[in-house]
Amino acid sequence: MEKALEKILATYRKEEGTIISILQDVEKTFGYIPESAVNWFSKKLNIPASCFYGVITFYAQFHLKQRGKNIITTCRGTACHVRGSERLFNRLLTDLAIPPHEDTTDDKEFTVESVACIGTCSMAPVVIINKKVLGKMRADKLIKEVKRLASKRKCNGRKS
Amino acid sequence: MGVNPDIRIKVCMGPAGIATGGADVIDAFKNELHRKGIKAFIGKQCSMHKVGCFGLCAKDVLVTVLINGHKTIYEYTKPEMVPRIVKDHIVEGNPVVEWTVGDDFHNFYRKQTKVVLSDCGEIDPEDIDAYIAVAGYEATRKVLTSMTPEETITIIKDSGLRGRGGAGFPTGLKWEICRRKQSQQRYIICNADEGDPGAFMDRAVIEGNPHSVIEGMIIGAYAIGADKGYVYIRAEYPLAVERLTKALDQARQYGFIGNNILGTGFHFDVKIKLGAGAFVCGEETALIASIEGKRGMPRARPPFPVESGLKGKPTVINNVETLANIPYIIRNGADWFSSFGTERSKGTKVFALSGKVKNTGLIEVPLGISLKEIIYDIGGGIEGEKRFKAVQTGGPSGGCIPAKLIDREVDYESLAEVGSIMGSGGMVVMDEDTCMVDMAKFFLSFSQAESCGKCTPCRIGTKRLLEIVERITSGKGKEGDIETLEELGQDIRATSLCGLGMTAPNPVLSTIKYFRDEYEAHIRNKKCPAAVCKELLTYSVLEEFCNGCSACKRICPADAITGKRKQVHKIVPDLCIKCGTCFEVCKFKAIMKW
Repeated sequence: MEKALEKILATYRKEEGTIISILQDVEKTFGYIPESAVNWFSKKLNIPASCFYGVITFYAQFHLKQRGKNIITTCRGTACHVRGSERLFNRLLTDLAIPPHEDTTDDKEFTVESVACIGTCSMAPVVIINKKVLGKMRADKLIKEVKRLASKRKCNGRKS
Repeated sequence: MGVNPDIRIKVCMGPAGIATGGADVIDAFKNELHRKGIKAFIGKQCSMHKVGCFGLCAKDVLVTVLINGHKTIYEYTKPEMVPRIVKDHIVEGNPVVEWTVGDDFHNFYRKQTKVVLSDCGEIDPEDIDAYIAVAGYEATRKVLTSMTPEETITIIKDSGLRGRGGAGFPTGLKWEICRRKQSQQRYIICNADEGDPGAFMDRAVIEGNPHSVIEGMIIGAYAIGADKGYVYIRAEYPLAVERLTKALDQARQYGFIGNNILGTGFHFDVKIKLGAGAFVCGEETALIASIEGKRGMPRARPPFPVESGLKGKPTVINNVETLANIPYIIRNGADWFSSFGTERSKGTKVFALSGKVKNTGLIEVPLGISLKEIIYDIGGGIEGEKRFKAVQTGGPSGGCIPAKLIDREVDYESLAEVGSIMGSGGMVVMDEDTCMVDMAKFFLSFSQAESCGKCTPCRIGTKRLLEIVERITSGKGKEGDIETLEELGQDIRATSLCGLGMTAPNPVLSTIKYFRDEYEAHIRNKKCPAAVCKELLTYSVLEEFCNGCSACKRICPADAITGKRKQVHKIVPDLCIKCGTCFEVCKFKAIMKW
């Protein structure tokens, strides 16, 4: 971990970065912002950890908890809303048994989140599964996709 | 086929083009051209291009085939259609007529006027030479080598161009104020933090023609005397970031940005700053805070950024579309630009047309066009022959304009008069199946979640508004709620610190103004007239239509549907969670919601 952080620090110094650019690099490297990383940078740069947390909790892009292996994002833009994206979102939460007030399954396999708008409104409602954009979504189609991913997880489990 | 044919194939790789399989279509063309020696037959005359958004996203993947200047456009192209297009059309010269675009497509373009989007969908966005071939960077050369900054500002002022981000401040005037401010250092920032849900204009412009934005920035920088520029862009738009980065590298290589541009002694460079996901950062003072690496919270204005902006220096912040207009204005003149539009709103505006309209996509229209022309002539009317109810403009800062005002012309003032705003260009069409109270709730929950929390009217006020609207949609509304919403809305509008708070009540106030009866139906009759609000709905099976296929029973997440195969099914009301899935999957329209 130290090595990765050193690299981020070097970029920060070279590119005249900011707290945001550091955190973006950390999020990219680890998939979330580990507490230890914040403390490390706080010491190195002599910036209070509270400043980092202020920024982390302000922006939607940063996560303080580890996220699932599969990330399902439902778009909640206006066009998607008009075409029923809320139903899709709720269905995912129920079907994947996401604990209340959480966004990730207990086994860290699935994260379900929503995004304000990804700008593909002509294909509403849109769901992004692991960075693949799927348009004109319907509950039955979506459940099929999720089941496919879930069965993949079982297969992999058996092999290892 | 003629001698020495010039064949060009252009495949839409805009957001929707990619999502509907644009890359697969490109691969299919490549494979097909390589196979069977077709490539040898056509020789080097045939070239493949990926282009940005064509506009009519509903019919993607759109493919243009140009043979000796003859243009044929195919719609809904799938990889399996490619072999026949190559064989019949490219080799034998007979277009596959049944797959080409129909009247819809031509109607879609008939009333449009393309300025910003004129090269979008025509040129390869990843190739600077393609842009130069259509007179790209000529405006930069003209300004830098033959015009003073003051002359440049005068042209932009004369053109009447106003900010396309929503507020509509005159661009030339903004530049002039910034230039007049004494300072050693000035900045220009391109605001590409397009956060309005239901808007994708800026994304399409950057992905379709990134060089036009860069050119706008160079000219703007020269006019105000800036040597550094930033593009603040959403991280949610990875493709736009990629194409912009590529475009900047190419522009640097060609000497359009960097030191001593075109040998004129003018220095200017551009850096990309990725947004981290906060809607409020579209507000200019919040955007500056975010570029500086801080929490993106707005501050009180004045001083305005043109006087004290990034790092305390005079800073011009222009929206993507505003900047993309600049090279075209310089090339064609102020008079040309101001020949489009109305008295006070000049030029054209790009809109993202979506929602319940047939032809969804990206359009560019002269200002002053009526909503009716946009929705019916360009948009092709409402999908499924339903009744048009309202159109939402301006996203969470705007309002809903009802069907009776459909003849309104679209410009900054005329939309503001009816309680909405032009905004950055989102236009979401709603039909009789949309509940206006639910719509207000949707925008409020967005504004409430995105409120930065700095000022009380916005932080607490939007929360209270949302609580009341949520109560109404769940059947617990009471008399007096509507009046409270109106009063609170006015207060928030009058006392918030920044544009987000000041406009957050608009969706509520405008829906109350035009659709008060819907609010009343929710409160008094505990019914949602459009059958949207979950808590006020009942689902049941229409016995005469149900053939017992069990599709609903299989998909029901709550096991609330009973019945044997080939017999009429029933929904158990106590178990039903009203998710609406059965309604969606039933092919026989046997599920009723009311």
